Amino acid sequence: MGLDTVTLKIRRGEGPGPSRWETFKVPRRPMMNVVSCLLEVQKNPVTADGKASTPVQWDCSCLEEVCGACTMVINGRVRQSCSALVKDLSPEGQTVVLEPMSKFPRVRDLVVDRQRMFDALRKTRAWVEIDGTHQLGPGPRVSQEDQEVMYPLSRCMTCGCCVEACPNYNDRSAFLGPQVISLARLYNMHPSGSMQASQRLDALMGVGGIADCGKAQNCAEVCPKAIPLTESIAVLGRETLKRALFGWLLKG
Amino acid sequence: MAAKTSVVTESGEVRRALVVGGGLGGLMTVLKLCEAGVPVDLFSLVPVKRSHSVCAQGGINASVNIKGEGDSPYTHFYETIKGGDFLANQPPAKGMAEAAPGIVYMLDRMGVPFNRTPEGNLDFRRFGGTLFHRTAFAGATTGQQLLYALDEQVRRWETQDVEDDRGVTLPGQKMVRKFEAWDLVALVLDEGGTCRGIVAQDLKNNSLQAFRGDAVCLATGGPGLVFGRSTNSMINTGSASAIAFQAGARYANGEFIQVHPTAIPGTDKLRLISESVRGEGGRIWVPKDKGDKREGARIPEAERYYFLEEKYPKYRNLVPRDIASRELFRAVKHEGYSAEGQEAVFLDVTHLNRDVVKKKLEGVLEIYEKFVGVDPYTNPMKIFPAVHYSMGGLWVDFEKGPDGALAPASARNQQTSIPGLFATGEADYQYHGANRLGANSLLSCIYGGMVTGPAMVAWRDGERRSALDLPSSLFEAETRRQQDAWDALGKRTGGEYTVNPYELHGRLGDMMLLKCTVERHDKDLDEVLATLQTMKAEFKRCALLDPAGSGTMNQPRVFLRHLAGMLTLAEVIALGARARQECRGAHYKPALDPELTTGAVGRDDKDWLKTTLATHSKDGPALSYEPVDISLLALARRDYGKVSTGKG
Ligand SMILES: Cc1cc2nc3c(=O)[nH]c(=O)nc-3n(C[C@H](O)[C@H](O)[C@H](O)COP(=O)(O)OP(=O)(O)OC[C@H]3O[C@@H](n4cnc5c(N)ncnc54)[C@H](O)[C@@H]3O)c2cc1C
Ligand code: SF4
Ligand code: SF4
Ligand code: FES
Repeated sequence: MGLDTVTLKIRRGEGPGPSRWETFKVPRRPMMNVVSCLLEVQKNPVTADGKASTPVQWDCSCLEEVCGACTMVINGRVRQSCSALVKDLSPEGQTVVLEPMSKFPRVRDLVVDRQRMFDALRKTRAWVEIDGTHQLGPGPRVSQEDQEVMYPLSRCMTCGCCVEACPNYNDRSAFLGPQVISLARLYNMHPSGSMQASQRLDALMGVGGIADCGKAQNCAEVCPKAIPLTESIAVLGRETLKRALFGWLLKG
Repeated sequence: MAAKTSVVTESGEVRRALVVGGGLGGLMTVLKLCEAGVPVDLFSLVPVKRSHSVCAQGGINASVNIKGEGDSPYTHFYETIKGGDFLANQPPAKGMAEAAPGIVYMLDRMGVPFNRTPEGNLDFRRFGGTLFHRTAFAGATTGQQLLYALDEQVRRWETQDVEDDRGVTLPGQKMVRKFEAWDLVALVLDEGGTCRGIVAQDLKNNSLQAFRGDAVCLATGGPGLVFGRSTNSMINTGSASAIAFQAGARYANGEFIQVHPTAIPGTDKLRLISESVRGEGGRIWVPKDKGDKREGARIPEAERYYFLEEKYPKYRNLVPRDIASRELFRAVKHEGYSAEGQEAVFLDVTHLNRDVVKKKLEGVLEIYEKFVGVDPYTNPMKIFPAVHYSMGGLWVDFEKGPDGALAPASARNQQTSIPGLFATGEADYQYHGANRLGANSLLSCIYGGMVTGPAMVAWRDGERRSALDLPSSLFEAETRRQQDAWDALGKRTGGEYTVNPYELHGRLGDMMLLKCTVERHDKDLDEVLATLQTMKAEFKRCALLDPAGSGTMNQPRVFLRHLAGMLTLAEVIALGARARQECRGAHYKPALDPELTTGAVGRDDKDWLKTTLATHSKDGPALSYEPVDISLLALARRDYGKVSTGKG
C-alpha cells in the first residue's frame, strides 16, 4: 500500500480562547515521529484543503524523551511527541490527532504552561538540604540495592503525563500530583535527605497532599519513564500515616 | 563605596546579578552567587529543568582512583591537554582536573543517584582518551541527574528571602527569581562599554523588558543547530553567543566543532549513543565484505573487521572522538564499508552480559530501541558520526595563580572581552582546546560555574557604580531599539518576503554538515563562505509566517532572531576553519594530513599553536590570534599508538 503522506488533525487556539481544528498532510518518511511531522508543517504551513495557515506551535527540546517538554495528547493518549513514532500511530495511514494537555492553561496551540508542577516541587521541598557547595568530603555511602531503587525515581522529568491522566488533578483541586509524592519518597530515602523527611511528609499531609489521591492508578500507566508511582504512593501513605499517629510525640 | 556593595539600595531596590542560561554552567554560577549573598535573576528559554544538559548520558570525569589504578588529577590534566591537541590554556584545565573529585563529592552530597561499588562507594567507568576508570555515572542519564540536583538546590534558593545588610529580610524578595520561557534579546552596555544588564523577551506574550545587573553571565550552551541536525537539543541555536559577539565580545576557536563518532542517523535529530557504551565494552566493526547487506547479528565473527581495535591496539574503541570520527567517516565514505548496506558502522553490545549492561546503559539503549525499533541487546546498532559539541565559544579571560591553576576569586576569570559580561559552560571556549574528551564537559560546565560565581562577585565588589545607579534612559533606549526591531519583524509580509525561514535553516544546516565537519577542504569552505553571503541576503527576505498580534506567543517570529544568530556563527566557524592551515584535534584538512600527502604539515606548532579570535565588524567577522598558555606541560606528539594495518 502506498503510504506517502501523514495526516495530522490538530486542535489549535490561543490562550483560553476557542479552539479550532486544522488538518495538515505532510510527506511520510521512515522513522518519522510526531515532531518531524510538525517540523514539516513549519516548512510548508498549508492545510490539507490548500488554505494558507501558520506553523503549529509546540514545545520541544531534547527530542529523545528526557527533557519532558514535548508532552501532548496524541490520539487521545498523553505522551511525548518526540518518541511517538508515525509507524505505530498510523500503521495504515490513520489520521494522527494532536491536542494540548487539558490540565494546564493553554498558551498557544499545543503549548501549555506547567508552572503548577514546578510550584509543587517548591511546596514539597523536593531537594536534599546541603550545608553548602564548598568542600565537605565525600557524600554518604549508599548500597547498590538502594541506588537501584532511587535511580528510577529520580528520572521524573516533570512532563505532566501522570497528572493529565489523574482524575483528581484539575483546576478545581489543589492536588499536587503523584510525581511529587514519588520524589518525596526519593529524598526521604537518601541518607542525608532523610534528615528532613518530616518536613516533606508535613507538606504532603497538608492541602493538596496525599489524601487527595484516590488510588486510581491511571498515573503509573502513562508515565513514560515507568516510575513506580503506585508503589511510591503506598510507601508515602504508610509514612504519612505513621507521622499522623506518632508525629506529635516527636514535636517539642 | 560601601553603599554600592550592599544588596539593597536606599530606595529599597535589590541589586542583582543576571545569569542567562540554566544548564549546569548557569545553575552552578547561581548557587555560588547566592552563597556569597548576591541575589540573582535567572533567564532561560525553557524551564531550567529542561535545559540541554539533561541530554548528557555517559558521565562526569574525576580522578578519584576508586579502582586503585594509580589515576590522579595530574594525569587527568595531562590527558585533557593532550586530548585537546595542546590548544587549551593550561592553567584553567589544571584547575578543573584538580577540582573534579571535589565536584563529584558535592554532587553526591546533593543526592545524585550515582552508580555504586559493592562497598557503597561511587563507581567509575572508562571513557575515551584515557586508560583509567575515571567517569562517575548515574545509569546512562548522568546529565539529567546532575541537572536535577543543581535545579533542586537553586529551587531551594528560590524560597529564601533576600536580607539587607542588617540581616532584615525583605518581604517578597527572593534570592533567585526565575524567568523561564524568556529569550535574551540584547545586552545593555553603558557609555564606557561595560555590560550593565540585558533586554529579554517573555516568549509567552512577547513583552520586552530591561533588567539591570551588577554582573551578567551567559551560560547559554552551544550552537549545534547551526549544523541543522546534530545530537543537540532544538533550543541550541547559539543565539545568545551571537548577540554577545555582535555587541563586541570576541568569539574564540569557533572552527573547533566536535563530531561524535556514534549517533543514530535520523530525519529530525541525530540521537547520540554515548561513548559509555564503548566504555562498558561495546565494539565497533564493519563487515569485511563491503557488499555484505546482512543484518549484523547474522554475520559470523570471522567476517567482521574491528578497525579501531586493529589500528589502535592500546586504546582500541576508546580513542578520542576526533580520531574515532575520522576513522568511521573514512571507512564508510572513502573505503566503502557499510552496515546492512547503509552508510553506517556497527556498534555492538550483544556479546556483553545483558543484565550488567542494562543496569549501566539502560537509558542509552532504550533510546535506540525506542527510536529505531530494534533491540540493541540482540542486534548490533547502526551508527554514524554526528555534530555534538563546540570547543569554541565566547572568549573568556583567566588569571593564573601561584600554583599554576586559576587564581581564586579573580574577576578576570571567565570574563569576556566585554567588561562585566561573563560566560561559562559550553558557551565559553576555555577548557578543551581542539578536541574535548568525553565526560569532561559536564565537569567543565560545573567547574566553570564554580569559578564564574566568585569572579562575578569580585567584579561587582570592585566596581564603583551599580547598574541601579545608572540613569534609566540607558535601559529604556535599548528596550525601545529592540521593540522597533521586533515591530519590524512584524512587517515582513507579502511582496518581497518569500523565503521560509525554516527552509533556509534546513539549507544552512545541510551545507555546514556536509562541508564544515569531519573533513574540510579549502575549496568547499570558500564556497560555504560565499553561500553564506547569499543566505544573509535571503534572510532579509524571510517572511513572517505568523501574523498573530502582540501578546500572543509567536515561535516563528522569535525563530527569525535565532536564525540571524546562526548565520552569524556559521560565518565565524567557516572563516576560522578556512584560515587555519593545519590539522589539530577536530579541525582536519585531508590536504594537510601527512598520512595522505607526504610532506604535509599535520599539526603545525610553529605557526598555528594559537587561539583564533573572531571580532564582529560591519563587513563580517575579522580574525586575529593570541598565544596559548603552555606554561605547565611540554608539547608532545598525539598518536594514541596507531599502527598500520595495511588494510583499507
Ligand atoms: C546527547 C549528548 C550527550 C552528552 N553527554 C555528555 C556526557 O556524558 N558527559 C559530558 O561531560 N558531556 C556530555 N555532553 C555535553 C554536555 O551535555 C553539554 O556540553 C553541557 O550540558 C552544556 O551545558 P551548559 O550549561 O553549557 O548549557 P545547556 O545545558 O545547553 O543550557 C543552556 C541554557 O541556556 C538557555 N538559553 C540558551 N539560549 C538562550 C537565550 N537566547 N535566552 C535565554 N536563555 C537561553 C537554555 O534555556 C538553557 O537553560 C553531551 C551532549 C549531548 C548533546
Ligand atoms: S493513583 Fe490515581 S488519583 Fe492517585 S495520583 Fe495516580 S491517577 Fe491520581
Ligand atoms: S512521574 Fe512520570 S509521568 Fe509524571 S511527571 Fe514524572 S516522568 Fe512524567
Ligand atoms: S523533546 Fe524532550 S521529551 Fe520530547
